Amino acid sequence: MGQIIVMTSGKGGVGKTTSSAAFAAGFALRGRKTVVIDFDVGLRNLDLVMGCERRVVFDFINVINGEAKLAQALVKDKRIENLYILPTSQTRDKDALTKEGVEAVMDELRKDFEFIICDSPAGIERGALMALYFADQAIIVTNPEVSSVRDSDRILGMLAARSRRAELGLAPVTEHLLLTRYDPHRVERGEMMTLDDVLDILAIPLLGVIPESPAVLRASNVGLPVIMDESSNAGMAYADAVARFLGENVEHRFVKPTRRGLFSRLLGRPV
Amino acid sequence: MGNSEESGVTDTEIITEQNTPSQEQETPPPEQGEPFQLRGGSFTLMVLKLVDPTSESFFARISEKARLAPNFFRNAAVVLDLDGLPESQACDFGDIKARLRRCDLMVVGVQGGHRPHHEAALRSGLPLVPSGRPTRTSTRAAAPQVPPPRSTLVVSEVVRSGRQLYAPGGDLVVTAMVSPGAELLADGHIHVYGALRGRALAGLSGDTNARIFCMSLEAEMVSIAGLYQVNEDFDPAIVRKPVQIYLKEGYLCVESFAPVTR
Repeated sequence: MGQIIVMTSGKGGVGKTTSSAAFAAGFALRGRKTVVIDFDVGLRNLDLVMGCERRVVFDFINVINGEAKLAQALVKDKRIENLYILPTSQTRDKDALTKEGVEAVMDELRKDFEFIICDSPAGIERGALMALYFADQAIIVTNPEVSSVRDSDRILGMLAARSRRAELGLAPVTEHLLLTRYDPHRVERGEMMTLDDVLDILAIPLLGVIPESPAVLRASNVGLPVIMDESSNAGMAYADAVARFLGENVEHRFVKPTRRGLFSRLLGRPV
Repeated sequence: MGNSEESGVTDTEIITEQNTPSQEQETPPPEQGEPFQLRGGSFTLMVLKLVDPTSESFFARISEKARLAPNFFRNAAVVLDLDGLPESQACDFGDIKARLRRCDLMVVGVQGGHRPHHEAALRSGLPLVPSGRPTRTSTRAAAPQVPPPRSTLVVSEVVRSGRQLYAPGGDLVVTAMVSPGAELLADGHIHVYGALRGRALAGLSGDTNARIFCMSLEAEMVSIAGLYQVNEDFDPAIVRKPVQIYLKEGYLCVESFAPVTR
């Protein structure tokens, strides 16, 4: 049976879709059969980040409504074996997500896939609730700033109270913190919350710290999961986080500011 | 007894007695062929001492007492103690018996008093029982007037932002931290065995004795019985310290458990 992982945050723009794409690609690159589902009905983005927007025929909502078979809606990634995308509808809204419909899709996907990643929309309304409802594990994407941390805290509360596991009294959803857009230099200057501050408030295990990196935007714009940019700090940090998720013991990188050497300072190259 | 100004209550002092008939020790062996067995037994009976049975409030006060512990008094057998009655006072035992019956008490006999009383009692079908030895006043045992225990709400997981917990009529104990944006409400005390970063409102329905205890004061707001203080007004010396918060002479007082360092 596959594991359902929700990528959630409460707050928008913190990197849920980027992280969903990166983790899905990361799992698949390691030979794990993975599907990533876009729950942001009406604001479809995942297909762009995954670079498959021109191959979408049917979507998640069509499957929920019985207008298409799951196999027709799944888009196979062209670059990575074992990677599938289930895009959502751009013309419908979150009310199209019925619990029964989502459950039927999840049950079917569980049989075929090892990992099912649910890319949650922002907010705490229907879309976000449906994305987290069936989760076995949750990756909480948080930026090192107070509003993001507070919203993540709220989502953690929802996971503990409103998920299927909570309602049925099963073992709670496993929580992981993914701190994104972290800039150790700005943290050092006191312009950004420190990793310890965030961990102190959220009090959940740290899965990874993704450094602020221009590679993320670059990758999104060309429809490439940033994990495939193996030369970028962000790509490497995502690869580490995926390895940790799979049980490997990998040391955290990009948490401390790197000392700029004389050469790079003279050349004025950003770190 | 009877030395209180308040006539009704002490008029009817209720005493339980251990009544041990002497023949109990020498119970004869059951006789063969008899359709019955005759033997002694000892019983604990309630004794109702009549101080002033003519008092208007007599039966009303008994009813009141019986209502406090209905199970104890329901159809209870009582012996009337006549020691407090002057010899000259006539008693209608038939009437007393009938009225006590309406209070759910069954008179089974009389003790003490004077000969005319005994004769009157016998005419009403009440035998004279040998005087027993008083045990203890039953009023306390019969009517435990302890207030119902306050219920305590104990929460052992992190109270996340947006969650509101309310302990109606009692205390709230959280054995983990309370996140910013969470709200704790209690009619009694609030204990947080972790950092308190949300809001905490103790003594919600006006209990000015309610207190808030926490391991690290980082709250957005604290309030006791409606008096509140927001984070901005906290003395920096007590922030992030283990504290208790209580009302002292109408003011909210935040007291650190740790040595204060400025």
